Amino acid sequence: MSRFSPSLPVPSVASSYPGGARRAAARWRPGLASQPLHSEIFAPGHQACGAGLALALARDALKAAADSADAARRHVLWVQDRAAIRLGGRPYLHGLPADLRYRVIHVATTSPEDALFAMEEVLKCRDLACVIGEVAGNPRTLDFTASRRLSLAAERAGIALWLVRLDAAPDLSSARMRWRAAAAPSLPPRWNPTAPGAGRWHAELFRARAHLPGEWMLSDDAGALRAERVSPLAASPPDHGDLAYGSGARSLAAG
Amino acid sequence: MAIWLMDLALDRWRQVNRLARGEGADAAPLALISDTAHGPRIDAVNPAARAAGAAAGMRLADARALCPALAAVPSDPAGDLACLEKLALWAQRWGPWSALDPPDGLLVDTTGASHLFGGEARLLADLAAAFGQRGFAARAALAPTAGAAWALAHFAAHSRAQPAILAPGDDPMRLLGDLPVAALRLDGDVITVLRRLGLKRIGDLVGLGEGGDPAAARDALQRRFRNRKSPAANPLIRLDQLLGLVPEPLLPVVAQPMPLVQRQVTEPIRHRALLDRVLADLAADLQRELAARGSGARRVELLLWRVDGEVIMRRLELAAATRDPAHLIGLLAAKLDGIDAGFGIETLRLCASWCEPLHAAQADIEAAAEAHGTTLAGCLDRLAVRLGAGAVTRPVPHPSHWPERAQRWQAPLESEPASQGMLNFHQRPLKLLDKPESIAVLYAAPDGSPQRFRWRGQVRDVVRVEGPERIAPEWWRERSTARLRDYYRIEDSCGARYWIYRHGLVGDGRGGAPLWFLHGLYA
Repeated sequence: MSRFSPSLPVPSVASSYPGGARRAAARWRPGLASQPLHSEIFAPGHQACGAGLALALARDALKAAADSADAARRHVLWVQDRAAIRLGGRPYLHGLPADLRYRVIHVATTSPEDALFAMEEVLKCRDLACVIGEVAGNPRTLDFTASRRLSLAAERAGIALWLVRLDAAPDLSSARMRWRAAAAPSLPPRWNPTAPGAGRWHAELFRARAHLPGEWMLSDDAGALRAERVSPLAASPPDHGDLAYGSGARSLAAG
Repeated sequence: MAIWLMDLALDRWRQVNRLARGEGADAAPLALISDTAHGPRIDAVNPAARAAGAAAGMRLADARALCPALAAVPSDPAGDLACLEKLALWAQRWGPWSALDPPDGLLVDTTGASHLFGGEARLLADLAAAFGQRGFAARAALAPTAGAAWALAHFAAHSRAQPAILAPGDDPMRLLGDLPVAALRLDGDVITVLRRLGLKRIGDLVGLGEGGDPAAARDALQRRFRNRKSPAANPLIRLDQLLGLVPEPLLPVVAQPMPLVQRQVTEPIRHRALLDRVLADLAADLQRELAARGSGARRVELLLWRVDGEVIMRRLELAAATRDPAHLIGLLAAKLDGIDAGFGIETLRLCASWCEPLHAAQADIEAAAEAHGTTLAGCLDRLAVRLGAGAVTRPVPHPSHWPERAQRWQAPLESEPASQGMLNFHQRPLKLLDKPESIAVLYAAPDGSPQRFRWRGQVRDVVRVEGPERIAPEWWRERSTARLRDYYRIEDSCGARYWIYRHGLVGDGRGGAPLWFLHGLYA
């Protein structure tokens, strides 16, 4: 296969993050300039928090990497398979963030195979801002090989892929960052304390090649991603993040 | 216009041996022969042999009995045909297109072209002079139809009584009626049949003989040849073609010039690296040349002219038609090893002497896509091909306040319809279910806010509520019994936020107790 030619420009950890493995053990924070290009977000299917978090992270990454004037007009591809559409519905124009509202192209596929094909195909396109995929469950075709293909395609094209996995178990994957998302009580609105406010998500980064795992409360404040560390003491399992080796030294295959 | 090359085979033989007519070996009796199952048979004889009694169609042994000194030379029908093809192209100087009339004739369409030569008679004179210069004995005739021209060229006397030109206004039967039936281009057995029937002239066929009735003659011929469909076997079809009553399609000869590219270098090439460079340019030129005519090369010839006049030739044959420059260069490079450049090579020529049709192929679309990425349109095309045209869409606003109708899906790269700016009074959900899902709601009052609901088998507590936002049906689109919707934004105890509505009001007279539906999910 020609796509696995030796000249493939796969950025290594050390080259992407000057300073090597020591530096790589830094905590993730919003607005990092060099975000990995293939991330997975595991979210429950009865909430839209997965898509919301993916959009928030994508906007954060796009803002950090806005390289040209053309970048604000590139399209966002949103790929959904049929099961994901049945679980969570389709994106709604009037609920999308205003800066992405007119740039979304939606791809509805009948099967997860077609969704994988569509994602890989659009990742070959040079005129895209990012790709958001939604696949429900753990289809047999979305195995490690398929995720590796997606990673390579994303890294070759330099386009970020945010793959939302609805109601899925974290199986083998080559995604560079893997998040687990759940809805959190919303921020109190300014005027009506009994009304739901702006969305907030409890996001757990449980695997990352360049960062330590961690938990955050993330919210999208008019396009800016706000993160708030969840105290390790408050979480029931102790977080040994600071004691562990840099995660670049470990196998990332298994979740 | 029909041209008959009376002695094509012999004229060619004379040209090959550089003999003038009637001198050298041509002065003695000579026959061109071909081998048949019954021994050698004579194809053509020269005037000396004809005077001695030999004739075309005789066996060589019979002719030798008449004329023991008869020399026999093998004939070359393939070469004659190739020569005829060349002559057909050359004959296009008198008309826009020409056709072969094997074995020894040409047909040229001179419609509207004769005035360029000063009239039809002068055209024929010009033709006779041109063929005479080339050493071919030719007879030509002009007529409105190919059949008539052929008959006149072969059988007319070209005298005052039987001129070689049949003007459109002339009565064809006046000129052609006296010609033998062989002038109809019929097969030998048909001519024999007609001769046995006593029909010797074309005029006999149409009933112009003494006491003939044209209708009865045609009827009789029709019955006699009713199961002959081929024109050469049915004299009536040939007759109609001669008179122009039925069309006679001809296959024109079209010149196919050989793709040829050439480079002359100011400084003679003496080194291989430079030669390869020029060769690459030539191969790219040849590719353009071949691609323009939709063909690929099966045989490529490379000619290198050295300064001292030597010509080096390398020939390459390919298994399948190709025009890929890299492929050609790779193969030619292997043939150029050990070439002697002498004082240098000053001219290079690459020609494809054998071409086959090769249609344009998207051979490198994958490679180009791998290297540079596809365009958005190309990418969407690929998706649409595999997933169907309706799978790739784009949401656009639509002037409606009804939630489902406020957005429409259209083809992704179509321009967006003009729309009013949106009023952001209300928060809308990030995702909308295709079909609102029914939920069971526990509420304090029938028209109050919900407190608990069951959706997809799970009971969720409502912690925060905003609403209702009443959205009335569009009476100009819906029937009068359509119910309004009271939308609530709610948040459950774990923080998930939903957009639910109550369909109708209690006592609105449009159905029973209002049902609740979940319509959208907030991020």
